[in-house]
Amino acid sequence: MSLLEIRNVTRRFGRLAAVDRVSLSVDAGEFFTLVGPSGCGKTTLLRMIAGFEEPDEGDLLLDGRPLAGIPPERRPVHTVFQSYALFPHMSVAENVAFPLQMAGTPARDIDGRVREALELVHLDDRAQHLPAQLSGGQKQRVALARALIGKPRLLLLDEPLAALDAKLREQITGELIALQRAVGISFVFVTHSQHEALALSHRLAVMNCGHVEQVGSPEEIYARPANRFVAGFIGTINLLPVEVREATPAALRLFAGGLGEIISTPQPGLCTGDRGTLALRPEQVRIIADGGDPMTENRARGSVRDCLYLGDVTVYRIAIAGGVVIEALLANRDPGVNRFLERDAPVIIGWARDSGVFLRD
Amino acid sequence: MTDDQANRRPAGMAPRPGQWLVALPPTAFLLVFFAGPVLLLFAASFLAPGDFGGLAPVRQEGRWALTLDAYGFFFSDWIYAEIFLRSFVVAALTTVLCLVLGYPLALAIAQSPRRRRELLILLVVLPFASNFLIRTYAWIIVLGPMDLLYSPVAVIVGLVYVHLPFMILPLCINLEKHDPALLEAAQDLGAGVWTRFVRITLPLSMPGIRAGSALVFIPVLGMFAVPELLGGTRDILIGNLIKEQFLDNRDWPLGSTLSVLLTVAVLLLVGIAAWAGRPRESIS
Repeated sequence: MSLLEIRNVTRRFGRLAAVDRVSLSVDAGEFFTLVGPSGCGKTTLLRMIAGFEEPDEGDLLLDGRPLAGIPPERRPVHTVFQSYALFPHMSVAENVAFPLQMAGTPARDIDGRVREALELVHLDDRAQHLPAQLSGGQKQRVALARALIGKPRLLLLDEPLAALDAKLREQITGELIALQRAVGISFVFVTHSQHEALALSHRLAVMNCGHVEQVGSPEEIYARPANRFVAGFIGTINLLPVEVREATPAALRLFAGGLGEIISTPQPGLCTGDRGTLALRPEQVRIIADGGDPMTENRARGSVRDCLYLGDVTVYRIAIAGGVVIEALLANRDPGVNRFLERDAPVIIGWARDSGVFLRD
Repeated sequence: MTDDQANRRPAGMAPRPGQWLVALPPTAFLLVFFAGPVLLLFAASFLAPGDFGGLAPVRQEGRWALTLDAYGFFFSDWIYAEIFLRSFVVAALTTVLCLVLGYPLALAIAQSPRRRRELLILLVVLPFASNFLIRTYAWIIVLGPMDLLYSPVAVIVGLVYVHLPFMILPLCINLEKHDPALLEAAQDLGAGVWTRFVRITLPLSMPGIRAGSALVFIPVLGMFAVPELLGGTRDILIGNLIKEQFLDNRDWPLGSTLSVLLTVAVLLLVGIAAWAGRPRESIS
């Protein structure tokens, strides 16, 4: 039995369904992420789990028991808010002690547990500070300690990294993974950042317009997106409009304007004439100077339209015949040497038959 | 964020000369029309009353001198100390009643949607649109049939009525700045509605409570119109006493002495209150 069951939950605001018939389950000890663009319903779903919103339809079950009608203060679910919501008039230690006091923990046990919790987030030397005296990253860790100290069944995190600068975000991402492993509590993490979703989660749900588009491990979602939305939202990807030429158990032959015939991995249930999209990651596209052989089943001739040097990689946009543009990624293994393709240089691109996913319209 | 933090100037930013220039007119006004008269009042308390009111210089052995006669008179009769004490009790009671009545209203206003909030605040200040004396006279009509007129109760009712907006407005300004996420966080962490109020809303509204209490307590101490119109002969406050010395008894030195003693007492109280409510010591 999973820890949290979300069954066919709908939440409407006026005529708009912010969350529309969503079903999900979160296992014990799991780091689960809800990811999607702003307004996709992920925060509303989180607020329903916390108890700040009640679903219009459907059920939420924690440990098999329905949560309906139980107010937030009586749910064994704690939240790390986006703004951290630290109590400004209480010291760090008082903030962290708050949930224990609410739970009626004996006063003699509180000090020790607060110290433990602050050690867990490396803030034991800041116990007597007020929140206003802390940096953004420290506030975030206090919020984590405060939400974890009561040993909730489930920890909800509402975009907790959004207010931090990029360098700190990267560092705290690593700390979050270690922390979740150390405490063993299930995390439900809400973010609009695909990077955080991929880096942190055991499993993630990609949401859009109130729906769950796909649920899976980061690898599954990245390598086998279920539809165009997921493909486009998670990572960058080339989406090429294609038509099925021939679908056999041995091979899938597609046709794309400008590229001609493409060989792809076979998929069941496709017929000649089906229209769809070939989703191809930039790093799956090989690129070599004209005259070379990419040694792949699929290939096309084109020219460099522009390139974006990012340090570790260079992104090339290659113009193919018929107005098709394909993005290709080249790792700069020897920085300073590899930037060999100039604008308008003729090139050959190629990709293997098992690269790319055919998505039916 | 607390009021103290909001008012703090960013580090390393020196006041520019222009700021002094802007502050000059109000400073000059206050020096001439506030600090000056206060000093005159202070000086007058050491002089003797003139034969037909006003002040008379004190001459001792043919030289100008000052006298402590007025202060001696004040301390010679317990009645003055009693009126002082009663005034402070009345002011404290008025303040507490304003707080108890005003806080729930301020909370309701601060938590209502923005457009309704503006309307409600307008309603709170609307009584100011008519004259304060007329509103106090109106209470005679209300309290008369209830057999409460010319009693301490009538005085308290009148004082609370007049000063309630001065409690509500600073409370509203404070309460509407509270981050609603703090209450959600407290609820999420297990706090029920009463605990949320006692642990979060109330301590964070202390600056508003202090401001509102000062705005009620201090003016009530100097108030003479309400006790005069609604109170009995035994319900007079310091304000009435001072007014009597200047207008009826024509004893300006005694009136000045009473004013000086009142000012000193208020400053002492404000000092104690500020010390008790000072921002928490922080470790840096």
